[in-house]
Amino acid sequence: MGPEAQFKQHLADGKFMILRSASTGAFVFYPRPFIPGTGEDDLEWVEAKGTGTVYSTTVNRRSPEKGGTFNVCLIDLDEGVRMLSRVVGMTPEDVSIGLKVRAKIEELNGEPAVVWEAA
Amino acid sequence: MASDMAHLRGRTACIGAAAWGCGEQPGWSSLEIMGQNARLALADAGLTIADVDGVWAATAVHAMPSMSLAEHLGIVPKYSSGSNIGGSSFMSHVLDAAVHLEAGLIDVALIAYGSNQRTQGGFRSASEPVPFEAQYDVRLPINAYALAAARYMHEFGATREHLAEVAVAARGWAGHNPEAFTRDPITVDDVLGARMISDPLGKLDCCLVTDGGGALVMVRADRAADHAKPVYLLGAGMAHDHRMISEMPDLTTTCAVQAGQRAFAMAGLEPGDMNTVQLYDAFTINTILFLEDLGFCEKGEGKDFVGSGHIAPGGGLPVNTNGGGLSCVHPGMYGLFVLIEAIRQCRGAAPGLQIPDATVSLAHGNGGVLSSQVTTIWGTADAL
Repeated sequence: MGPEAQFKQHLADGKFMILRSASTGAFVFYPRPFIPGTGEDDLEWVEAKGTGTVYSTTVNRRSPEKGGTFNVCLIDLDEGVRMLSRVVGMTPEDVSIGLKVRAKIEELNGEPAVVWEAA
Repeated sequence: MASDMAHLRGRTACIGAAAWGCGEQPGWSSLEIMGQNARLALADAGLTIADVDGVWAATAVHAMPSMSLAEHLGIVPKYSSGSNIGGSSFMSHVLDAAVHLEAGLIDVALIAYGSNQRTQGGFRSASEPVPFEAQYDVRLPINAYALAAARYMHEFGATREHLAEVAVAARGWAGHNPEAFTRDPITVDDVLGARMISDPLGKLDCCLVTDGGGALVMVRADRAADHAKPVYLLGAGMAHDHRMISEMPDLTTTCAVQAGQRAFAMAGLEPGDMNTVQLYDAFTINTILFLEDLGFCEKGEGKDFVGSGHIAPGGGLPVNTNGGGLSCVHPGMYGLFVLIEAIRQCRGAAPGLQIPDATVSLAHGNGGVLSSQVTTIWGTADAL
C-alpha cells in the first residue's frame, strides 16, 4: 500500500498522521514515498500535532440549492507543511488569514477528512 | 557549462498567424475550429498544408491533439507533440518548435488550438481531480487564484479596488478591438458590484468563457526573410514549481520570475525594452503578479502600478492590448491568443489599438493554478 492509501487508512482509524524523515526530521505533506527535492526515503508516520494557522482563505459562493457557501483554505501546519482544507464551525466569510486552528476528522463526501476549527 | 539559450535568439520567426472562430461559433467542433485556424495561418504565411512537417497542439478535450490535428489536415509530420502544461502550453510549443527548427528536424512548425466550449456547455477543464484537494470540493481553477489574491491583499495591503483596475484597463483596450467579445466600458464600481464567485474574486475579476481558436506558423530565420512581416523569437524561458495550489511555495510569487529572467537573458533585453506586454490574465490578480515577477515593478508594487490608468489605453505601459482573457477572448486555454496579440503588434496589424512603432513585444503564458510559467519575447527585423 502506497503512502496515499496509508494516509487514508490512518484517517479511517481516526488518526491524522504525517510523514517525517528519520534522518533529517523533515516533514512532508502531501504523503509520498520520499522527501521532495532531496529524496530521503527513510520516512516514518508520526501523529500530526493537529495545530496550524490559516495561510489563505476563500469562500465558495455555491448556490443554496447546491448546498450553500463553504470555506476553502490553505493551512500551515505547525510542523512546517501546508495542506488545502476547510475551516468548519464558523461562518465561511469569518475565516481570516492568520487564524489559529485545530484539526479534527470529519466525514466529507463519504470519506474521513482532516478539517479545521478555530483553536 | 551553464545552459545558454542565446544561440537561439532570432534564429526562428513567426510568419503566419490566425485567430478564427473567437466569441461564439455554434455548431463547430473544437477540432474543426483548430483546423480552420491552421489553414488560415498557413495561407497568411504563403504556405500550404503540405508544407507543414512539425505539429504542436494542446486542447482541453483531446488526449492526443497533435495526432488529431495532423490527421484532420491530412499530413504526416516528422515531429509532433501534444504536450500540455495548461494555458502556457503554446509558449512551450514555441520554444519546442524553435529548438526543432534550429536543429534541422523540421522546416515548418504549426502550433494550433481550438475550442467550442462556450456554445457547448461552458468551461471545461482537462484536469483530473487532484489528490488531497478534490475531497474538499475545491473549485478549480478559481479557488486557487482567489487564495493567491487573498494572500496578496493580506501581505501587501491591496484591496479589491486594486484588482478591479486590471479589469477596467482590459475593458478599455477591448473597447477599441472589434474582435473583442465584451467591449462596453466598465468602472471599478461595476467590478466591485458584480456577483461574488470566490472571495475576493467576483465575476468581472474572471476571464471570459468563449469559443475560439488560433494558429501560428514558424520557420527558420533564413526562410522568414522572404516573408513580408516576419516576427522573430528573441527570447523564451519556462519554469514551474507546483501542480496543485497547496504545493505552491509562496502564493504571491510565481515562477514567472525564473521564466522571465531566462527569456530576457536569451533576448539580451530588459523589461524596459518592451513596447507591448501581453500577459495571461485568467483573473485580475494574474496581471499584478506577472508585472511584478517579470520585473516591470517591485514585489508588492503591482497593486499601484496597475492604477491610474497606467496599463490602460493612453497609459505608460501597453498591457494586454487586445483586451486580454478578461475582455477579448478566453476559450478555455488562452495562451495562443497572448502570443498572437504580441506578434500582431510587432507586425503592425493589431485588430484593436496598434501601438505605434512596436518592435518588441512580450507574451507571457500561465498554466494550471499559477503553475507553469513560460515567457516569450518577439521582435521585428529591426530588433534583431
